[in-house]
Amino acid sequence: MKTKLFAAAFLAAGLGMSGQAAAKDGLTLGIGLEPPHLDPTAGAAAAIDEVVYQNVFEGLTRIGPDGSVLPGLAAEWDVSDDGLTYSFKLRDGVTFHDGTAFDSADVLFSINRAMAEDSTNAQKGLFEPIATVAAPDAATVTIALKRPTGHFLFNLGWGDVVMVAPESADTNKTAPVGTGPFTFDRWSKGSEIRLKRNDAYWGDAAKLAKVSFKIMPDAASSAAALMSGDIDVFPNFGAPELLEQFRADPRFEVVVGTTEGETILSMNHANKALSDIRVRRAIAHAVDRQAIIDGAMFGSGTTIGSHFAPHHPAYVDLTGMYPHDVAKAKALLAEAGYASGLKLRLTLPPPSYARRGGEVIAAQLATVGIETEIIPVEWAQWLKQVFKTTDYDLTIVSHTEPFDIGIYARDSYYFNYKSERFNKVYAELTEAVDPAKRKALIGQAQTVLAEDSVNGFLFELAQNGVWKKGIKGLWANRPIQANDVTGAYWE
Amino acid sequence: MLDFVIRRLTVLAATLLVAALIIFLVMEVLPGDPAEVMLGLNAQPDTLAALRAQMGLDRPAPERFAVWVLAFLSGDLGISYTYDVPVAELIGERMGVTLPLALMAILLSTLIALPSGVLSATFRGRPADTVIMGIAQLGVAVPNFWFAILLILLFAVSLGWTSAGGFPGYEDGILPALGALLLPAIALALPQAAILARVTRSAVIDVLGEDYIRTARAKGLSGGVVLWRHAVRNALAAPLTIMGLQFSFLLAGTVIIENVFYLPGLGRLIFQAIAQRDLIVVKDIVVLLVGLVITVNFIVDMLYAWADPRLRQGDNNV
Repeated sequence: MKTKLFAAAFLAAGLGMSGQAAAKDGLTLGIGLEPPHLDPTAGAAAAIDEVVYQNVFEGLTRIGPDGSVLPGLAAEWDVSDDGLTYSFKLRDGVTFHDGTAFDSADVLFSINRAMAEDSTNAQKGLFEPIATVAAPDAATVTIALKRPTGHFLFNLGWGDVVMVAPESADTNKTAPVGTGPFTFDRWSKGSEIRLKRNDAYWGDAAKLAKVSFKIMPDAASSAAALMSGDIDVFPNFGAPELLEQFRADPRFEVVVGTTEGETILSMNHANKALSDIRVRRAIAHAVDRQAIIDGAMFGSGTTIGSHFAPHHPAYVDLTGMYPHDVAKAKALLAEAGYASGLKLRLTLPPPSYARRGGEVIAAQLATVGIETEIIPVEWAQWLKQVFKTTDYDLTIVSHTEPFDIGIYARDSYYFNYKSERFNKVYAELTEAVDPAKRKALIGQAQTVLAEDSVNGFLFELAQNGVWKKGIKGLWANRPIQANDVTGAYWE
Repeated sequence: MLDFVIRRLTVLAATLLVAALIIFLVMEVLPGDPAEVMLGLNAQPDTLAALRAQMGLDRPAPERFAVWVLAFLSGDLGISYTYDVPVAELIGERMGVTLPLALMAILLSTLIALPSGVLSATFRGRPADTVIMGIAQLGVAVPNFWFAILLILLFAVSLGWTSAGGFPGYEDGILPALGALLLPAIALALPQAAILARVTRSAVIDVLGEDYIRTARAKGLSGGVVLWRHAVRNALAAPLTIMGLQFSFLLAGTVIIENVFYLPGLGRLIFQAIAQRDLIVVKDIVVLLVGLVITVNFIVDMLYAWADPRLRQGDNNV
């Protein structure tokens, strides 16, 4: 009896708490991983950008919902004819959240800080083409490049290139100070991060007064939190097997969008068998992409035939190059001298696309005589063994950076792929500025990768968002890893 | 007695030092570099070197061990690699969730288990016993995380009485905060209560068969006095042992339960810290947990002495 009363008292307390329904100018989002800190210029974790990108911090350019480059803190820009000099006109009246003004000195500071010797910027490579940065006056910045860089304006829109102030740069990890439409309010570590509207914002004020990001590492509890109304939106819901229940529920809508995540069966070309193009093509024929999407992702995902996102205007459909064909795969293996079979290690990082997809692929490879030893690893271990020391044969991973086909031109990258043909195409592409020429070269680059069957190109990850009915202005797609809520509102 | 305490404390310190060394070595051989985890796939070698130098990872292992242990002794737990805040602050915040949770769970578990165990023993073989032991059997078999999901489905999703998890913090008062811990505490407590009830039952049954119980009854004491003063008190040693062990299990159990209810507790912190190779946080927490478990065992020993005067006698002889 005593216990019962005790329980009743606490349940009543809990009731009072959940009774506070979310006001119509507040939004609670669920995110799967907690950001380690909140400075996008000092860490690779996507979770940082998922909270602060565009909401708290802004760059010179910004990436739009369709992946296009839009003006950000730079209102307009000129590019010289040789593609080497960019001149940016900064917006007027921009202040940081601490009240200090934003001008060209802050741009200089931000870029020089990221390029400095002791910089801990995770994407320092983005700044590599920059030769010099200058500020002729407070509202103008000119950047001179070492060589033409076709996607330089897009690169300036990355979270790693946002503008920070010298006064606050060192404390941005715990108390981020940017120029965005939301200011940082509170971070209850392990639980939630709260933002509130910046009333001094230079542009159109945000419609939401408060935004809260709740950290939900577990799929089942995320589903329960949505069902019980604790959170309004889960922009990137991790468990595709649970989506049906939300599709059937009139309170929610399931929004399936695209991401920049090319999910691939990476192959280590330093492995003797995998250095043989016939073996790689045999694997391509052995893999049934749709079966992987259906079996591992419950049907969400788009098949790809090269390392490129299907929603990009320059995409070339190469999925037909290696149709699922067991006999052909066996013949190719026999030709390469592996008629009696081949044994490979398949190293799998934690995400479910890799662990579940790995099981399906192992079964598919077994049908053509390739025996795989599945090795599940943690992320840190994967980074060390696969990515750094390339001690692996096969692995499955989603490359989520936008427009990252250039990784195939890096000699020391973990595929150990070396192709003069690809390098030549990519070198031309980086320097090409003419849109038509760029598109043709991007198509060529995709084709070279498919012809060389560099990796097993599986599918483009889908973004499965679960949204409460009535919320508008959120992004369905994920051209950059972010949850831009600057335009969100309740109907 | 003083001798005894000093000896115990020396053993405690030695155990902690050995534990610290083992943890440090395990972290050394664990594949994965905190700097790599933080900087991701596109990091350049010079960036990695800069971050490693900033975190002090470029110095030799013995030096890092010594620096860590000496700082720990002086109360400086270091700065978290990933969060960039003092580890002591992190642990303090998280303790505010995990400690009340574990205490509530052990309180609930005891409040449920002791009466039902005693009841079951008294009505041995009768329907009440069968029902209680049936439920206990079920409780032992059901994993706590699954039970936790059932509780969320019932109370949060279907009935809408509570939120599905999360922790509001203590800013809005202590009652909502403890309220948020109630479902997780129940999820942790019931499987533990099942085990404890079974142990209590068999301990009480054993004692009830002793000669001195018959003597107590023969001299005309009422059933209640015999049961509570003579039988239960003498049967407490076994349940106390289990409770001591359970406290350690509860701390471990919170790792899973805190993930299910997305509570920002110590369990979540250590889980996250391991995945992100926030080695300093992992090392500090593990040493603290080792210390906590040793302390709890010490308290249990003291409680034995309270329950069984013969042990008190024994202590004095040491």
